[in-house]
This record gives sequence, structure tokens and C-alpha cells, in this order.
Amino acid sequence: MSSIASPAAGSRVVVARGPRPQSLTAGRIGLYCFILVTAVYFLAPLYVMLMTSFKSMDEIRLGNIFNLPQHFTLQPWIDAWLHACTGLNCTGISVGFTNSVIITVPSVILSIAAGAINGYALSFWKPRGANVLFAILLLGAFVPYQAFLYPLVRVYSTLGLFNTLTNIITVHIIFGLPVMTLLFRNFYAGIPMELFKAARVDGAGFWRTFFSVMLPMSTPIIIVAVILQATNIWNDFLFGLVFAGRENLPMTVQLNNIVNSTQGERAYNVDMAATILTALVPLAIYFFSGRWFVRGIAAGAVKG
Amino acid sequence: MTEPRRLRNIAAQIALTPAWLIVAFAYVGTVVWTIVISFTSSKSIPSYNFVGWAQYARLFSTDRWYISINNIIIFGVLFLTICLVIGFLLAVALDQKIMFENSYRTVILYPYAMSFVVTGLIWQWMLNPALGIEKTVQALGFPNFSFDWIIRTDMAIYTLVIAGVWQASGLVMALMLAGLRGVDGEIWKAARVDGIPAWRVYLFIIVPILRPMIVTAVVLLSIGVVKAFDLVVALTKGGPGLSTEVPAKFVMDNLFLRANIGLATAASTVMLVTVLAVLVPWFYTEYARRNRGGHA
Repeated sequence: MSSIASPAAGSRVVVARGPRPQSLTAGRIGLYCFILVTAVYFLAPLYVMLMTSFKSMDEIRLGNIFNLPQHFTLQPWIDAWLHACTGLNCTGISVGFTNSVIITVPSVILSIAAGAINGYALSFWKPRGANVLFAILLLGAFVPYQAFLYPLVRVYSTLGLFNTLTNIITVHIIFGLPVMTLLFRNFYAGIPMELFKAARVDGAGFWRTFFSVMLPMSTPIIIVAVILQATNIWNDFLFGLVFAGRENLPMTVQLNNIVNSTQGERAYNVDMAATILTALVPLAIYFFSGRWFVRGIAAGAVKG
Repeated sequence: MTEPRRLRNIAAQIALTPAWLIVAFAYVGTVVWTIVISFTSSKSIPSYNFVGWAQYARLFSTDRWYISINNIIIFGVLFLTICLVIGFLLAVALDQKIMFENSYRTVILYPYAMSFVVTGLIWQWMLNPALGIEKTVQALGFPNFSFDWIIRTDMAIYTLVIAGVWQASGLVMALMLAGLRGVDGEIWKAARVDGIPAWRVYLFIIVPILRPMIVTAVVLLSIGVVKAFDLVVALTKGGPGLSTEVPAKFVMDNLFLRANIGLATAASTVMLVTVLAVLVPWFYTEYARRNRGGHA
């Protein structure tokens, strides 16, 4: 995994290496058919979601989910953002959006800081027990979260922190630690040891070497880490559900409450608008980050 | 390098102290605590009245647990197989110097950026029999068309597969494509000289070369299967009936809704042991061997 996690692999321009295409043969036609069919499978849900969100409920009841809206309306989006109901609380998904931002920003920053320091210490300093620490961290990334949940609930309750912002943010830091540590450790493993030794000869200590030599070189991996953590934490459902508390429910949890606990007839157009709104941040990250996102996948490959 | 090694290591040890604390308490400590609770008669709060294997006996006489295991096996096998096959085919297709390569890759991978909750809700709408695909195709002049899997107890589990594959096969594609781009071009020249058809080269030469990527993909997808919770909650809520119940949801329900902490921790211990049984051998062969230490 270290080879695909190496940041250099993703940054060079890649060229298709497959067999050289012949002119238009049966195989070539088959290839494009396959591409067409799969592209429809992957795109259809996004298309349907968008179309549904611009229709009135009357039009939706007519029942062609693939049709373009006859009477284009933005009302479902306004309702989703400002008026959608979670139980008796009809303040829209904007509340969840704010909560998710408040949760995600500090969680991303702090977990990356922790991962960078750990990765640096593990990679260059290798103090006693470093391998044991790293092995447990990695195993921890794979353990089903259900095995951690209940004791954590008890600990946070005892500390009087259960269902607070501190609770959900620290949980994200704790469970982001394995991937972040791995990411930075592998990145620093690719930096020549001579550079580290030169800094040491010049008399720089642990923190000086980190802040003035290593950190300035870490921009690429920090970008990958931000993409990875922002997406993961924004998309989290389980931790938000258990630890965030009613006041801080992240957008994913609120979205599920809006859509799945509605009594009576459901407003599918509002549901779909709310769903797109929830997906918007990770989608924006994906579309703007391009190849960096793929590097994040390869690098964060140990994460479940 | 004048300061003694012991001294310079102190700063590193101090820097790693928070990580050690997290590992000791949040990882090891909580898992041990969970296992301890699973041997008690705890209901809504932990009691330390030890009852041996009673919770495990109860767990394995619970229908709901068997149904959950059965479901996760069906889902897991199908999800894994289809993701790998489609992901590989997509990567191969992308490696054929096709038109619109970048747009195509973007289209395949975008679902992976979205959460399982969003994935579940999109597909819940698509598969809605009253207004979704079924209704649409009927209205197009096929009145007997039926696609109501999401409300059928015998078919609902396959809707999880449809949604899961949609979300995750882009991941396999990305991993495999990275592998394909690393394949030596000489192999293709040699195969052409020998007149070996492309599909045989892919199957018998390329797939073995991609082995590390395949293993990574299998591990990633399997962990996703064991953790499957969000997708189920959003798409089917475990229903209709118990037809899409999964172990992670079984644990969550018993922990937070049904006040069966002893039973829930027993179930999560079983999940943990299963994962470790698969993981530890892989961990040794694939990872620890190649990747020990930062710098040599």
C-alpha cells in the first residue's frame, strides 16, 4: 500500500497504457456501449434527484421521474433550506448545515495537526514503542465502531461532556488519527533522511525541525488530508447520531430525520432538494479537487 | 547531533503521548470494556453481575441476529463481487484511449464522494414503486413492468447491493486504474507480437500484476460491509420486516433503543472477533512485512 500511497504516484501525468485501439471494430462499439450503459447507471440518480427537486408535488404524482420539470420551481429548495421539519422542529436543513460546518472545521484542523505530528515523530524519530503504537492505530482503523461506542458514551457522560460539540469533535479526532497518522508517516518516509540529519546538525530540535523544515514541505499531503477528512467528517452519520446531541446534529443525521421520519404524505421534491444540499459540500470538494481526491482515496486506503 | 539519543527522544515521546493515551483509552480500553460488559447481565445500564457466556447463548438463539448475519453475507458477497468486476471493467474501459476519458472517470467516481445516507435516500426515491422507476416504465407503455424490490421481503436486500455498488465501484475503478497505469508497456508489445488476444492478457497477466490493488480493494470493501449501517438506515430502515437487518444495526438498536447492553456488546464482540480473524493474517502478509518503520 505504501507505493500507491506515495504522493508522487498521483501527481505525474498518466497515459493510457492499454492495447492500442484499432479503428472502429465490433470490440470498439461494444466498449462504447458498456461506457454508455455504466455512465447512465452512475448519472441517473443525480439527474433524477435534480429533476425531482425542481418539480411541484402535483407533477411528481404524475409519475415520470425522468421527465424535465414542466413548471420549473425553486420552492422545494427554499422549503428544504428554511422550513423542512425534523419532528416538530421546522427550521430547515440550514440548521444541520451550520452544525456540520461547526463540527467539521475544528475536527479537520485538529486531526490533521495530530496526524502530522504523529507521522513526523514515527517516521524520523522512531522512539521506543513506535511500531507498537502504529500497529494498534492501524488495527483500530478496521475495528467496527460498535465495539467502541458504549464505553465512550459512558466516559463522556461521566466527564459531563456527552452530546456536546466537544464530544463530537474529539470523537472525530480520535477516529481520524489512524488515517491521518498513516498519511503523514508515509509522506515523511519519502523525504530523504539527509534533510532531517542536516537540520539536526544545525542544532534544530524536535519542534524546530518540524516547524521550519518538515511542515513547509508538507503542503501537498496537507491538501490531501484536508480533502479526505473534510469529506469523511461531513459524511459521517454514526458518530453524529450518537455523540453530537440534539442541538448539534450534523446535516446527514438531520437529513435522515427529515426524510425518514415524516408522518403523512412525503414531500419528495423537498426531500430531494435537502439531499442534494447535504451532498453539495463533498461534491464541491470532489469536483474542485480533481486528481487530489483520487490521491486521497489511495492514501486513505486503510480507512473503512 | 551532540545531545544524547535519550534526550532527543524525550521530545518525540512527549509529542506521541496524546496518541498513546488515545490508543490506550479510546481504542484498547473501550474494546476491553465492551468485551467485559458482554459477559454481564447488563440491561439499560452496565451492571457487573457476571453471567459467563449467557449473552452469547442468547445472541445465538435470537432470530433477528441470524437474519442479520444471513443478510450481511448475501449483501457482502454480492456487493464485493459486483464492485470488483464492475470496477475492474471500468478501469479497463478507461485504459483504452477512449474519448471523454476524464469526464467518464469523473462520472464514475462522484458517488464515492457522497455519504451513505445520501446514497440511501437517492435510491429509496428511485426504487419507490409508486412513483419511481417502476411507475415511470409502466407509464412508458409497459403496464406489467414490475420493480418493487424495496417493498418485498425477499428482494429488499438486493436494493442495498444496487445502491452500494453505485456508491463504491468508483473506488475499485480508481485503485485498479492506478494499477493499470503502472503496468509495463512492454507487456502489451510482447503480447501483440505473440498474437495473444487482449482479454487473455488482461485475465492471465494483468490481473496477477494488480493483485496488491485487488487485495486493498477487497479489504476496503469488506470493512465497509461489516460497518454497513448508514446505508441500511437511510435506504430501508432494516425493513420491510427484518429483511434488511444487519449486525451493525442490530448492535445500535440494542444499545440505544432496546436497552439490551449486554446483548449488544456480545454482538459487537462477535463482529470484532470476525474482523480481526480476517484482518490479522492480511495485516501480517500484506502490510507489516513491506512497511515496517518510516526510514530504515
